[in-house]
Amino acid sequence: MSALADVAVSLRGVSKRYAGRAGRAVDALSSIDLDVRAGEFVSLIGPSGCGKSTLLRVIGDLIAPTDGEILVNGKPAHQARLDRDYGIVFQDPVLYDWRTVGRNIALPLEMLRWDRSTRAARVQEMLELVELTGFEDHHPWQLSGGMQQRVSIARALSLSPALLLMDEPFGALDEMTRERLNIELLRIWERSGSTVVFVTHSITEAVFLSTRVVVMSSRPGRVAAVVDIDLPQPREAETRVAPRFFELVTLVRGRLRGAGAELDVGEAAREEALMLAEEER
Amino acid sequence: MVGGGGTGADNWLSRAVSNGLVFFAVLLGLVVLWEGFRAFGVALDLKWPFEVNDRTMPPVYEMVAQLFRPSRRNGPLLLNVLLKAALFTGREAALGFVLGALTGFLLGIAFAHSRLLERGLLPYIVGSQTVPILAIAPMVVIWLGRGLFSVAIIAAYLTFFPVTINTLRGLRSADPRAHELMNSYAASRWSVLWKLRVPASMPYLFTALKVSAPASVVGAIIGELPSSIQGGLGGAILNFNQYYVTSPSSLWATNIIAALLGIGFFGVVALAERLVVHRAPEHVV
Repeated sequence: MSALADVAVSLRGVSKRYAGRAGRAVDALSSIDLDVRAGEFVSLIGPSGCGKSTLLRVIGDLIAPTDGEILVNGKPAHQARLDRDYGIVFQDPVLYDWRTVGRNIALPLEMLRWDRSTRAARVQEMLELVELTGFEDHHPWQLSGGMQQRVSIARALSLSPALLLMDEPFGALDEMTRERLNIELLRIWERSGSTVVFVTHSITEAVFLSTRVVVMSSRPGRVAAVVDIDLPQPREAETRVAPRFFELVTLVRGRLRGAGAELDVGEAAREEALMLAEEER
Repeated sequence: MVGGGGTGADNWLSRAVSNGLVFFAVLLGLVVLWEGFRAFGVALDLKWPFEVNDRTMPPVYEMVAQLFRPSRRNGPLLLNVLLKAALFTGREAALGFVLGALTGFLLGIAFAHSRLLERGLLPYIVGSQTVPILAIAPMVVIWLGRGLFSVAIIAAYLTFFPVTINTLRGLRSADPRAHELMNSYAASRWSVLWKLRVPASMPYLFTALKVSAPASVVGAIIGELPSSIQGGLGGAILNFNQYYVTSPSSLWATNIIAALLGIGFFGVVALAERLVVHRAPEHVV
């Protein structure tokens, strides 16, 4: 097997500069080098506005980088998107509220023109995976926030993508729901064998979930440190109270502090607006 | 939040009953207001803002009773004549509504896909709505002849504009993340249109259709006038207008039927909306 086949995501010198208004260009990413091996669970963590969401979208070919090379499953990111090589989950579930739960999960399958019965079978499989069997005929607004996010994960996994991109998927949920979904996500990750790139601003969440944590610094966004998380698998609720867990949380927190000043909320909102404006084009 | 299966039908029924009760309570209130003002005006010999008598304000029971009197000596009941006229006008209005809604929807889609088209054409479309329908109607009749189709075109003229504007707005209403999602599937423009933008636009579209449906009835009634079409409500209104002095309640009775036709059009669209649109409560406009 070649070394390339083992690498799910490869970034070389990736930079992103948003033009911005009145010549105030914003460097969201600056020469990022990063390799994610197949089957890894990698978290991107950093202060608000450090470009981690931008980085995730560059990997997904939803935003074009200003410079650098991105390979996903050994091919250019653009080709990987055309081949539907990844699934994506956002902070909001982004479910289509006019579709039932089942038809939301089937949306990517419709894009690939799967026939009705194959779609139905896969939808059942996915509902089972996220433990929502029996809810396929409900509309999204009839479910709780946590259940909606599970539907969104089922939708992302319905095409069995080799890569799962997650942009703060549990950021809007309460702490209890978030911890439960963390464990569920790990179980799904183990069963599916996908590679996960996970954006978060929660240190404990990053440490608990990941095999590696990538600490990013802000303005311009760079990789400040990479921390290997050597907690044993599978991770359970007890993992959160293990001494090693606290050591690693402290380590990541230290790296984050070293990574530079927190950005104010206004700057983060500005980057978000620029990012969305770019995608509109 | 999960709707219970067993009580759903009961809820629906009780809501329908209470809606019906409210409707009749308001109707009764309007009749009482009308009759109250009449009695008040007659007793005080009111001259302002207009003289109140049986000609300016016929009693409500007169209007209703008029429906059940022969329309002319030995002729059919007025009600029969008006129902036939309503059916006639309703057909014109329905055709006009469908034509107008379709045109409006397609224009909305075209504008949503091309800023150039929107910038170039929209001012003229807005302008077209400032030209009075009374000026347009005779021209349409000259071009297309007297008949159902001409009247339908005139009705469509009043229908398409709100549909265009709201479709355009609705097609642009989808969440940017939902577009990102479609992008991640490398979805074609066609898929984005039919699986995201059009479904997202539905509440906006139906808001427009609810405005347009009664307007298409008005358009059909006005369209009948320059065509001198006699069989519809327009002809009836023109006719009873001439005999208003001798029989004011005939015109009022016709107005009641015309209003019911418009309400019926609205009701059909509202019903279609209930069947078609399954959106989260916060997205139902």
